[in-house]
Amino acid sequence: MSSETDGRAGDGKFGEYGGQYVPEVLMPALEELTDAYERYVLGNEDGFMDELRERLRDFGGRPTPLGRADQLSARYDREVYLKREDLLHSGAHKLNNALGQVLLAKYMGKERIVAETGAGQHGTATAMAAAHLDMPCEIYMGRKDINRQRPNVFRMRLNGATVTPVTVGRGTLKEAISETMRDWATTVENTHYVIGSVVGPHPFPSMVREFHAVISREARRQFAEQVGGLPDAVIACAGGGSNTMGTFEAFLDDEDVDLYAVEAGGSGLGVDDDAGVAPNSASLSTGTEGVLHGARTKVLQDPDGQIVESHSVSAGLDYAGVGPQLAHLVDEERVHAVNVDDDAALEGFHRLSNTEGVIPALETAHAFGYLEEYHQELGERVVINVSGRGDKDLETAIEETPNHDVPNAPDMDVFEGTGGM
Amino acid sequence: MGVEGAFGSEPAFVPYLAAGDPSVEASKAYVEALDRGGADVIELGLPFSEPIAEGPTIQGAVARALRAGMTPRRYLGFVRDVDTEAPLVCMTYYNLIYQFRDETERGGPDAFVHAAADAGVEGFVVPDLPVEEAGPMRRACDDAGVDLVSIVAPTTGDGRLRRLLEISSGYVYVQARLGVTGARDDVSGRTAETLARLQQYEAALPKAVGFGIRTGDHAERIVRAGADGVIVGSALVDVVADGHEAGDPVPDVADRLADLADELKTGAVRGRDPGPAEPERN
Repeated sequence: MSSETDGRAGDGKFGEYGGQYVPEVLMPALEELTDAYERYVLGNEDGFMDELRERLRDFGGRPTPLGRADQLSARYDREVYLKREDLLHSGAHKLNNALGQVLLAKYMGKERIVAETGAGQHGTATAMAAAHLDMPCEIYMGRKDINRQRPNVFRMRLNGATVTPVTVGRGTLKEAISETMRDWATTVENTHYVIGSVVGPHPFPSMVREFHAVISREARRQFAEQVGGLPDAVIACAGGGSNTMGTFEAFLDDEDVDLYAVEAGGSGLGVDDDAGVAPNSASLSTGTEGVLHGARTKVLQDPDGQIVESHSVSAGLDYAGVGPQLAHLVDEERVHAVNVDDDAALEGFHRLSNTEGVIPALETAHAFGYLEEYHQELGERVVINVSGRGDKDLETAIEETPNHDVPNAPDMDVFEGTGGM
Repeated sequence: MGVEGAFGSEPAFVPYLAAGDPSVEASKAYVEALDRGGADVIELGLPFSEPIAEGPTIQGAVARALRAGMTPRRYLGFVRDVDTEAPLVCMTYYNLIYQFRDETERGGPDAFVHAAADAGVEGFVVPDLPVEEAGPMRRACDDAGVDLVSIVAPTTGDGRLRRLLEISSGYVYVQARLGVTGARDDVSGRTAETLARLQQYEAALPKAVGFGIRTGDHAERIVRAGADGVIVGSALVDVVADGHEAGDPVPDVADRLADLADELKTGAVRGRDPGPAEPERN
């Protein structure tokens, strides 16, 4: 990667994408954060990265394993390996970034943490990191997401975080990010905003990618040691793109490794301009260039530039934008932007559960839906990132499975007359 | 006359309303009422779906205007039709400016800035466009002969302040407090501090203070602290919202707006009164 495109040029631009489109009141905080990122994260000043690595090992459980999926390998006549970020503490890759940013906030002398969350995975990881490092923490979460991700809401409360419902708009991730930015504009002098994905203004896209790059650095080394050489294809689901960028980062220079970002095709592609709704969250595959939440990137918008409401069966992918570096890598044809619909995601959810004994998050399940549909187009050796575990999605899976075409789902009759879980 | 020229010998009153809230026709009457009530410059909001710098009051106005069908093209028609003496400044977010395409398919901010200037807009305030990203917008505004107003926040340090003043024209929008827009019952002590810092720059632009001003007394104190004008949004939007909810006739709501505008303008002018300083009120 050239210095222009790897985000280290200092201006946070990835080609035409990225930048800092935020109110002036936040700009001094972004300057301060950029300085801290360069010194502590990139420069390991005061041993910051040493402490983070130690905490990720002792508190987080890193490294996570890379393991062969025997049944899937046989089914697809390929070597399929799973990078098990679902085994990271908190149950998803999100802790890599949350722990990194909360620790960074401590090094910067901040006294309070705010964060947004969609599915609740980032909120949970942030609440855990804040409890672990003894920082007060407030999480903004859309009303609709609170209702569909109840276990995570309770986990955040257990860890001592305040969970504040966001009721404007449709009550999902987009509104939660806007509301957290408003909090930060008010409290910026003593508060750090832990953005949960590779989105937002510089330095967040670069910094969040850097914290998650441990996924691909481990996976690349583990693959070389356990299997030998490099995989032919690496697959990760993509909403905002944090696990995607983390899973791809160490492979970006390996030009023979194909990289697939699997987005949520929802119930259909495209944007309904009249209704102001996209029945999907496929900003990389179908979005257009725009400015959202502090960055120029690919967004789901109507022809006027109003941001539309996205949709996915998976709350964690349900977002109208995507990280600017990922958008750039797609334009450069380094990353393939693909998508599968809700049906395929649920099929992938059940497939991994009943063939490999791993219950994936519905976000992650999109990557397995893609593998099922398109494995013949992939090379011989495939690595898939299991970005999170599916415990938080069990209620959704019970409700949604009967509404979709999922031939491999187990018989749900056991729940009849019990009113569900 | 231009935007800067509207800041004359008297302190200026700069009201904000969202175009199209709660309907195009009512909104036109409301903007004209502000003009009648003594507005010197009017910040006319073009509603965007993600107003990250706005508090609940203006978020509500934006939502009502979007529901009523306001779009960038209809906004240009609104600017052409509305009858005001005060120059109009377009307040909106960058994505709407950036996405607009005219028949030449000119990209970037040029198309909208030129179309808005043709319709009668004399300046822009773009809350999510800091000096780092403002280059293309600044050039488009220069080219179209309209102003680009910069926002100065309480957190803005001296280095940034200098850069902001270099690219700003028309006036400087001094954000009175941290946070987002919204009417308050007090005036932030940080306003005077920011105004004093701005005072150090010679030949500086007029300084208009916004965020939280609700009453004529607020306006008076802000001007006493050194402001050349007061910007009032949420307090006026509240009048629109209350009238809409109560189903009041448009002329009645317009009269209330004109009365509040008059109170705010009068308060601002009183702030410049050279008579003996009044005892501090609380």
